[in-house]
Amino acid sequence: MALTREQVHRIAHLARIEISDAEADRTLEQLNDIFALIAEMQAVDTSGVEPMAHAQDVAQRLRADQITEVDQLTRRTAFQLIAPQTEDGLYLVPKVIE
Amino acid sequence: MQQWEAVIGIETHAQLATQAKIFSGSPIAFGAEPNLQANAIDIALPGVLPVLNRAAVECAIRFGLAVGGKIAPRSVFARKNYFYPDLPKGYQISQYELPVVVGGSLLIPAGESDKEIRLTRAHLEEDAGKSLHEGAGQHFRGCSGIDLNRAGTPLLEIVSEPDMRSAIEAVAYAKALHALVRWIGICDGNMQEGSFRCDANVSVRPAGRQEFGTRREIKNLNSFRFLQQAIDYEIQWQIATLEDGGRIGQATVLFDPETGETRSMRSKEDAHDYRYFPDPDLLPLVIEESWIAEIRAQLPELPAAKRERLIADYGLPAYDAKVLTASLDIAKYFETAVTVAGAAHAKTCANWVMVDLAARLNREGREIGESPVSAQQLGSLIARIADGTLSTSLAREVFDALWTGQGASADEVIAARGLQQISDSTELEKLIDDVLSGSASLVAEFRSGKEKAFNALVGQTMKATRGKANPQRVSELLRRKLG
Repeated sequence: MALTREQVHRIAHLARIEISDAEADRTLEQLNDIFALIAEMQAVDTSGVEPMAHAQDVAQRLRADQITEVDQLTRRTAFQLIAPQTEDGLYLVPKVIE
Repeated sequence: MQQWEAVIGIETHAQLATQAKIFSGSPIAFGAEPNLQANAIDIALPGVLPVLNRAAVECAIRFGLAVGGKIAPRSVFARKNYFYPDLPKGYQISQYELPVVVGGSLLIPAGESDKEIRLTRAHLEEDAGKSLHEGAGQHFRGCSGIDLNRAGTPLLEIVSEPDMRSAIEAVAYAKALHALVRWIGICDGNMQEGSFRCDANVSVRPAGRQEFGTRREIKNLNSFRFLQQAIDYEIQWQIATLEDGGRIGQATVLFDPETGETRSMRSKEDAHDYRYFPDPDLLPLVIEESWIAEIRAQLPELPAAKRERLIADYGLPAYDAKVLTASLDIAKYFETAVTVAGAAHAKTCANWVMVDLAARLNREGREIGESPVSAQQLGSLIARIADGTLSTSLAREVFDALWTGQGASADEVIAARGLQQISDSTELEKLIDDVLSGSASLVAEFRSGKEKAFNALVGQTMKATRGKANPQRVSELLRRKLG
């Protein structure tokens, strides 16, 4: 499997990364190298091996259903200090058009 | 004329009744000031890690058991990637390939019998935040306002198979599901606050054809009425489009309650390229058999089983059993009242719960859990009807007194107001003699064969006793004296 340049542009767009045509060509080459590596790995017979969802073969730890947040107003104030624009406790962002 | 058949599947987002969010310790209470319930995890500051809330998993297990689904011994959380300002991480944590619940089914009423609607799956995920737009007194200097209080709220997305064939069936399914999630206590079911919202996948096909038509998805229906209206409109629109020689394109549409129409959302480019992959921040969720057994043991008797038991144990009509199992609160109320009144009077209890109590609650806009008359109080009231102390009309008076807090128990109200039925025959006979001597013309009419006059005499006697006599007993005594 090999990617096309259009696909590279599409992936970049989905990830909201702006790339020039030159960068797209370079990325295309790199990604295709990765696909080549994957193709090599695909040659290994993995029938009977259960896929892993995580590199570590351990289970998720669970948290008790407890509210741990206190003094939320102070927290919000701190969080919003680094936000470009806020109003009435809301974060302001460029208008979202449905 | 071509016959058409609609095919409908429903996806439901049920907000889980936990204290804290699914991956953080922030509260999920509705209606808080903007962003006061959003911590570093919820607003996606760099370096934070989600940790799964045990109670959210328990809710999913309860649901899986209640619908007879399979609880996955191992399930996986995945990232669903898309960009939207109310989704600060740039992805929603959801489940994709390995959901926590697989299969199961739900029975819905369909005409005389029940119909089984199969479930595909149910999976855990987090809710997004809310985007607020200018208007209604809010001005954001040409921007949109983002409130992340809802971000990270635990949801169970429940996906049905396309087993429904009309808007009526779709609504019946949504109602059955709504009743079930409340019954097992995993969701408060508050549709106005968005705790239970449905998306409907609708397609049509010529009757008898196997393959499905192209479906359109109606998003975010938050009332049963809108669900029905939106599906009905969509079905008619699709049929009309096809009959005019048009084609249905796969689309996501919104229902406009103002016009009663569905319209295509300005299709967000790439909206469906979510690039799911396992979330490296979360390990697989492992659910041991012992945990499932523990939860199974705590599960309340389910609506269908309770319905059958009410019919078998108390001889209630199927209709009564259905009404009394509309919610766990109603069922509990009824069963407590029966325990106090005695199983032999179950039908009387059913009538009081379904008629007198329901009417009063309805009139005052209260839920049964907020009834001023407790199940114990109603049960003891019914016991006094059953043992002949109270006539039905006196019982209503006692009920009213209990409702308005003029007494702690039926017996207390009866004693305080001297409401016992007059069952002493001597006292009653004396009253009847007085009535008869004062109603010579009615007596004469009765003797000349007018049965109506007899009813009038019963009425007069009841009036003389201020409703405290047993009407049947009055009737018997009158006949004897006149006979």
